[in-house]
Amino acid sequence: MSTKTPSTEAVDINDPKLSRFEIIREGARRDDIEIVHYEPQFAPGSKAEKRMVRIVAGFFLITGVASLAFLGIFIFWPWEYEFGAYTASKFYTPLLGVTLGIALLGIGFGILTWAKKLLPHEISVQDRHVGTNADEQKLTGETALYMLDELGLKRRPLLKGAIGLGLAPVAVVAAAPLIGGLIKDPHGDERQSMFKTGFNADYNDGKLVRLVREDGSPVRPEDVSAGGQITVFPGISHGATNEWADSPTLLIHLRANDAAKAAEAADADEINKGAYYGPYVAFSKICSHAGCPASLYEQQTNRLLCPCHQSQFLIIDNARPIFGPAHRRLAMLPIEVDAEGFFVAKADYKEAVGPDFWERP
Amino acid sequence: MKRRKLDIGAVPGNVARGADERLQVATPLRSLLNKVFPDHWSFLLGEIALFSFVVLLLTGVFLTLFFDPSMKEVVYDGSYTALRGTEMSAAYASTLDISFDVRGGLIMRQMHHWAALMFMASIVIHMFRVFFTGAFRKPRETNWVIGVTLFFMGFFAGFTGYSIPDDGLSGTGLRIASAIMLSMPVIGSWLSSSIFGGEFPGMLIIPRFFIAHVLIIPAVLLGLIAAHLGLVFSQKHTQWPGPGRTNENVVGERMFPRYAMKQGGFFMAVFGVIAFMAGAFQINPIWLFGPYRASEVSSASQPDWYVMFMDGLVRLMPAWAIEIPIGDGYVIPPMFWPAGVLLGVLAVLPMTYPAIEARLTGDKKIHNLLERPRDNPPRTALGMMAISFFIIATISGGNDVVADKFHISLNAMTWVGRIGLLVVPPIAYWVTYRICLGLQQHDREVLAHGVETGIIRRLPDGRFIEVHQPLAAPDEHGHTHLEYTGWVVPKKMNRVGALAPAIKGFFFPIEKPSEAPVSPGHPPVDPAAKREEVGSSH
Ligand code: HEM
Ligand code: FES
Repeated sequence: MSTKTPSTEAVDINDPKLSRFEIIREGARRDDIEIVHYEPQFAPGSKAEKRMVRIVAGFFLITGVASLAFLGIFIFWPWEYEFGAYTASKFYTPLLGVTLGIALLGIGFGILTWAKKLLPHEISVQDRHVGTNADEQKLTGETALYMLDELGLKRRPLLKGAIGLGLAPVAVVAAAPLIGGLIKDPHGDERQSMFKTGFNADYNDGKLVRLVREDGSPVRPEDVSAGGQITVFPGISHGATNEWADSPTLLIHLRANDAAKAAEAADADEINKGAYYGPYVAFSKICSHAGCPASLYEQQTNRLLCPCHQSQFLIIDNARPIFGPAHRRLAMLPIEVDAEGFFVAKADYKEAVGPDFWERP
Repeated sequence: MKRRKLDIGAVPGNVARGADERLQVATPLRSLLNKVFPDHWSFLLGEIALFSFVVLLLTGVFLTLFFDPSMKEVVYDGSYTALRGTEMSAAYASTLDISFDVRGGLIMRQMHHWAALMFMASIVIHMFRVFFTGAFRKPRETNWVIGVTLFFMGFFAGFTGYSIPDDGLSGTGLRIASAIMLSMPVIGSWLSSSIFGGEFPGMLIIPRFFIAHVLIIPAVLLGLIAAHLGLVFSQKHTQWPGPGRTNENVVGERMFPRYAMKQGGFFMAVFGVIAFMAGAFQINPIWLFGPYRASEVSSASQPDWYVMFMDGLVRLMPAWAIEIPIGDGYVIPPMFWPAGVLLGVLAVLPMTYPAIEARLTGDKKIHNLLERPRDNPPRTALGMMAISFFIIATISGGNDVVADKFHISLNAMTWVGRIGLLVVPPIAYWVTYRICLGLQQHDREVLAHGVETGIIRRLPDGRFIEVHQPLAAPDEHGHTHLEYTGWVVPKKMNRVGALAPAIKGFFFPIEKPSEAPVSPGHPPVDPAAKREEVGSSH
């Protein structure tokens, strides 16, 4: 147990009298490393050392057992999904995780204990070589500059100009197909989906579009009780799918005195005038903030809460935002009842639906 | 024919010689084997990130073998009875299949997700370590910038990964991502339409995100990680000040075998913890969320933790928009401030922090020795300020859950967040600054008067005093003149050699109490005379 003092005289590494450690130390020295302290942690053969060896071996054996358990479970345990609360297959993944975890932790702790406790303790000091060599910097710098001289761009202005004007466009040529192919005009599709929804009669051969449930069944006024609300979709093909992600609409049957307030507010508004049908109003369900479905309707206060960032809209005041980060009201869908007694949209939304964007009027 | 007899013992030597004659690796290999690494627990945080990344690669490749990144509508008829007959995208259906119809698929999915959470957590904590110890100072600014970039790439890796199963939560996240793109002034609608290939959601976003998630982002991450480690290697690791440690050397152990073995063991341990968590704790049970429908969302839908601060900032933002009444009218929506401006600032400010600090302090020196957080109160206080900002933003990202659990009104929670975001960080700054100064002062006191021994002595005149153990020979006033070297000052008697813990046996002690523990992370306290010679270089 000694801290070996470094010797400074040159070492002949072919000297047969040298031990391997002395050769190693000489090698390290040539890498500017001084091994200043090197000592085994236990006297070889001591009780303490044997105990450590047993611990390391124990960890590895635990790994062996856990690995076998993992394999056994992986192969033989019932794993296919069964309906029910506590079926055997429900424990498949937890058992795999626990056995695999134990197996890996066993190796980990085994190796860590081995390295930390059984390997000799050492302190080495390596030189960092801080500071830069000014000569080196100059030599490299001049080499680089000389390359420029060789090209002679300074003396040949024509080449300079030709590179600028002639070759620069090539850089754009590389970018054009990569990026150009992705660019898509948001207002270019024939559906005009940034401003139109599935309730536009254009998508229904010019006929007014019905308000339907998710399964496609149309809605009569008496299907929604006072104070209640349902989510409706445009009654066109695929109207309830994500293809028409901006169309989901909330149809609300207001109670009498709320309905009167809502009607008054709507009639005072240029756009929403007459958009309601008796006590029934319909607003876009797509939050004007970031487009989540604003789906939590509080009957008492007539507020619609968006669960994403908690914007709140006052339904009886043209769905004006009254709290949270949304700054635009929800668009109102003008509705009426057709000859067969089902709700239809009198027209498409008059304001754009969904999250706000720059050129949205 | 006579066969030469094979001398087994000479084989390794011969092979090595043969290899060196061809590749000339002897010298570089030896300097690699011999490279000295300083050791401290806080240097392991970056390693956890690296190891989690390896687990992500392994499990991720497995998932690609079963995952179908397509938005085509299919009717589910797998084993999970609750969703049978439901229309959903092929991406969602294949994620259900991985969870229920691939043997061991669920544990792979959960390992992938837990590893992702671990990856991000360790990156963040590693960043804190680097920040608070000043490890980002010259010459390591480049690696700091790479590190910040790694955080944001990890953020996108996580977000794209979270999006591609196309369940109810990931669709909601995508919708918000689209709204964030839409909120950019002038180019917003073009940006969103170009990335989604038309209006949200379109048919392209899942395949595109898939390629980003499994190819582009991992490739960039791999490149950045390689550069990061390469720089650590060539610049050599920083070290804490301490006996014998200077700005010009590295004190520690050589990389092989002990240091490398510890790394390997640590990797296995991280891997094991991830496997254990993946088995024991369910994560992202997508089958409960259902397929994405534009018309449905559940409340308390939370993103992964490292995205929550964004969500919180968006929630706290008041509805401020700028309307420009030209022509039909233009608008900069409220979303732009947190998701565009603030996120930009949050990306650029940390990246440039090393340059800012160097400019403010006029410090152009090379620093290879770390600073204890207490020794640089302004920096530590700034860091705590940033952390408190991040924590409040993150909690606000779940403020509906908090409001629900503690029966607080949601609007109150929002206001608490808004005010807290402005008020708490400065308070954190002030408090941290004070604590740093207090700790510094205590260190200086111990250096001047010695360690409290806990021994109370009664003087002949009846006074009681506590006996202090000086750390060096005191002068005639009983004061010691030790200089603070930037490293732990012993404050308990067993740190200066008294009562070191004995090694316990199972039934009886194996060793008698020994001298002070020796470890590179915790250097022994040298005799006083020697201690005065060693000093950090500042
Ligand atoms: C730092 C890197 C990465 C992060 C942070 C990350 C994160 C995620 C997350 C959070 C998920 C959602 C998992 C879930 O369903 O709960 C995911 C899914 C997925 N990841 Fe990664 N991932 C990373 C790298 C990779 C790599 C390198 C690959 C493959 C080469 C990969 C392949 C996949 C696949 C195929 C899925 C979808 C399958 C599924 O959700 O079950 N990931 N990723
Ligand atoms: S999406 Fe409705 S509040 Fe943000």
